Amino acid sequence: MTDLAGGNVQEINSIHTSDEARARLAKRYRAEGNFKWLGRSAIGVSVAFLLLLLSSVVSQGIPAFTFNFAQLPFQLNAETLGTDGSDANALKKADYDGLVRNTIRGEFPHVTSRKGKRLLGGILSSGAPVYLRQQVLDDPSLVGGTKTPEVPISDFADLYLKGQITPSSYVDGGANLTFALDDKSYSIVADQPVFTDQLKAAKARLAVQAASLRDEQAGQLRSAAKLEGDIVAYKERLAAGPEADVKERLEKSLEKTEEDLKLVRVRIEQLASKADELDARIANDGLGETLTADMPSALLYVGGGVLKLTSVTNSTATAEAYMPVAEDLSAAAPSDWRLRNMEVVEANRKFSDQEIVWTDELVERGYIRNGFNSIFFSRGASREPEMAGVWGAVVGSALTLIVTLALSFPLGVAAAIYLEEFAPKNRWTTLIEVNINNLAAVPSIVFGLLGLAVFLNYFELDRSAPYVGGMVLALMTLPTIIIASRAALRAVPPSIREAALGIGASRLQTVTHHVLPLAMPGILTGTIIGMAQALGETAPLLMIGMVAFVVDVPAAFSDPATVLPVQIFMWADFPEPAFQQRTSAAIMVLLGFLIAMNAIAVVLRKKFERRW
Amino acid sequence: MSVATDLKQPEAQPSPESVKMAGRNVSVFYGEKQALFDVDLDIVENQVVSLIGPSGCGKSTFLRCLNRMNDTIDICRVGGEITLDGQDIYDKAIDVVELRARVGMVFQKPNPFPKSIYENVAYGPRIHGMTSTKDELDEIVTTSLRRAGLWEEVKDRLDQPGTGLSGGQQQRLCIARAIATKPEVLLMDEPCSALDPIATAIIEELIDELRERFTIVIVTHSMQQAARVSQKTAFFHLGKLIEEGPTEQIFTNPHHQKTQDYITGRIG
Repeated sequence: MTDLAGGNVQEINSIHTSDEARARLAKRYRAEGNFKWLGRSAIGVSVAFLLLLLSSVVSQGIPAFTFNFAQLPFQLNAETLGTDGSDANALKKADYDGLVRNTIRGEFPHVTSRKGKRLLGGILSSGAPVYLRQQVLDDPSLVGGTKTPEVPISDFADLYLKGQITPSSYVDGGANLTFALDDKSYSIVADQPVFTDQLKAAKARLAVQAASLRDEQAGQLRSAAKLEGDIVAYKERLAAGPEADVKERLEKSLEKTEEDLKLVRVRIEQLASKADELDARIANDGLGETLTADMPSALLYVGGGVLKLTSVTNSTATAEAYMPVAEDLSAAAPSDWRLRNMEVVEANRKFSDQEIVWTDELVERGYIRNGFNSIFFSRGASREPEMAGVWGAVVGSALTLIVTLALSFPLGVAAAIYLEEFAPKNRWTTLIEVNINNLAAVPSIVFGLLGLAVFLNYFELDRSAPYVGGMVLALMTLPTIIIASRAALRAVPPSIREAALGIGASRLQTVTHHVLPLAMPGILTGTIIGMAQALGETAPLLMIGMVAFVVDVPAAFSDPATVLPVQIFMWADFPEPAFQQRTSAAIMVLLGFLIAMNAIAVVLRKKFERRW
Repeated sequence: MSVATDLKQPEAQPSPESVKMAGRNVSVFYGEKQALFDVDLDIVENQVVSLIGPSGCGKSTFLRCLNRMNDTIDICRVGGEITLDGQDIYDKAIDVVELRARVGMVFQKPNPFPKSIYENVAYGPRIHGMTSTKDELDEIVTTSLRRAGLWEEVKDRLDQPGTGLSGGQQQRLCIARAIATKPEVLLMDEPCSALDPIATAIIEELIDELRERFTIVIVTHSMQQAARVSQKTAFFHLGKLIEEGPTEQIFTNPHHQKTQDYITGRIG
């Protein structure tokens, strides 16, 4: 102290200006800089991941927002329906299945086989009759009218039209072809080797098969070697002269092993000969190949029809008609035909070349309309992806959340007000506070079990009903709202309370007139966090049966319903690629729902904040 | 308290005095800790009483006992008796809301509600149902703001937020708010501590005018302020009431050594 007072100014200053001091200062700045840099990179990484996630969901989901409908010339009249449209009951009972079936068959009269007819029917959605019936019932003037209603096509046809079944490439004709019809099969001869690519692709496929045979052969050789080793071991032990019972057992084993070895050797022989055979076929360029379903397929567009190649050599091929060609077709100039090569082999896709040809034909005839996927946004669940909609789940989520909000917001805020403003601070309130904090950390499925045990089993409320789901989610949301509300109430300056109490406001008046409005933004933030949690919750709803397969859009709080995350969970489980798209689209709908909810909360917040 | 009655000097009172509020053996405990020890103090109608003393001496605690603001503190217990017009305010029969309507309070830090100037003043009359028409309410708001000396400054912007005023204006708004409920006693807890000298002077003048209608108890750290505004002064030290008496006497001729030390700046 005396030094300071003594005024040794230079020495004092040097504490802050010396080289060491400068170094310390530099170190502090460096630490700050490092921290900033770390913070920025953390934000950058999270933004990058978020974008990655969003872009993957969006790119997957966007195709599901549109859909291809078929506007076939349905004959909606008294003859086909058995009623003229005046009798609603008869309209309901009319045979729409037959109508749809006959209409699509009418477009392709050349399809006569049972198998072909069934395949043709599959171009349209199996929900098409239901969809058509609904339209007719909604608008009976369609009967006998000129308007053409539209029906959904099948999910795979839709995927094909969106280019998600297989890429394909066209090759223009490079030779003169001559055709000869033999029963149903065309023999094609070209004056140039134009089918080389197809043959090569087929041989490449054979090479893959040969390689896998050789692999298997190698495996068998290894097991043969092991068996030989075993035999040697058994023989050695027998030579050592073991006891009678052991000897007997060893002899048995030896015998069995030798038999196994024989079988393995036979198998090795077979594999080797097969592989050799394939190798020989691959080596022989001149030898033709039959094009099987696991080889890249090729379609020949000629003479107004489509032929599918069934076997090829370099310059000849056989083919069958997928769309009928001109009856007198016998030759085609290079400019009259072209080949279409499918990249994904037929065995690896759920949409055959035949169906592709038919779908193309429907497009060509102008029956296909690509439009907004109204089915997805207006219907409930369905086992058919093209008939499945997210609307049932959206309504289910909305109903559930209304119940959740109606229960948890008033209860939570009231509880927070009581605990924060009225309750004495003693051991009991501390205990309650600790327990509320713990409740916020309880896994949500536990709340689901509680709902199952109490609401469903004890009170015997409805299964799968939004109001029960809402009650369970309200339990889950309550602690979040209470904690956030208490924090918000605590953040209101005590001077406001004193001011109100000081002029004779009762405690409740103080809270409702002054404290609560000031705490409202914070309370709303907590509520929206809780509600967002509730919106995304799956596990507790599974327990109370909201995972049910609900076809109808729920109309009341007690109707069976499902919610968006559960719907997403269920669709994610389905193998159909169209459901994968709908899963992503439903995730987008869920995010949209969340954003809408948050937007409302932000508006409300702003409204309360404007009151200074 | 005999000393208190002895000390009262008739010439200090312009009118025949009547005791508005009185404390008898007032002790206050915060949990285990005792903050006030057996305080006896009479508050005479239409007088300004200032409570002075060093920080932590219990003067604010005593003030807050007078309208039971200490009730909001869980661990606070009050012993002894405080009367308003002869009635024990800690009696079960007394409604605390009514008491606070009769004993208004202005706080150390201006704390207007985050509402409009009008709403700030109108809030008290409204919750106490003092008016039935909008005109009457307007009248009360106008008079209160006039009495608080704020009317001229805010008459054109009554719908503006009260928090947008300057510190001194805010404090006068709080005074207007307190007097709008027509209290009988007005408690002021260091009302000028957050204000500049000019705002302080305005409020001191105001206190002098308000004395005609209200009985005022003011806690202050400023000896000059106590001397200027009050007729009676009570000196607290370490939770005990050391001395009370007419302001003039306390500042010119204190009976106790501690009072002498404090007003001359030797303790505190």
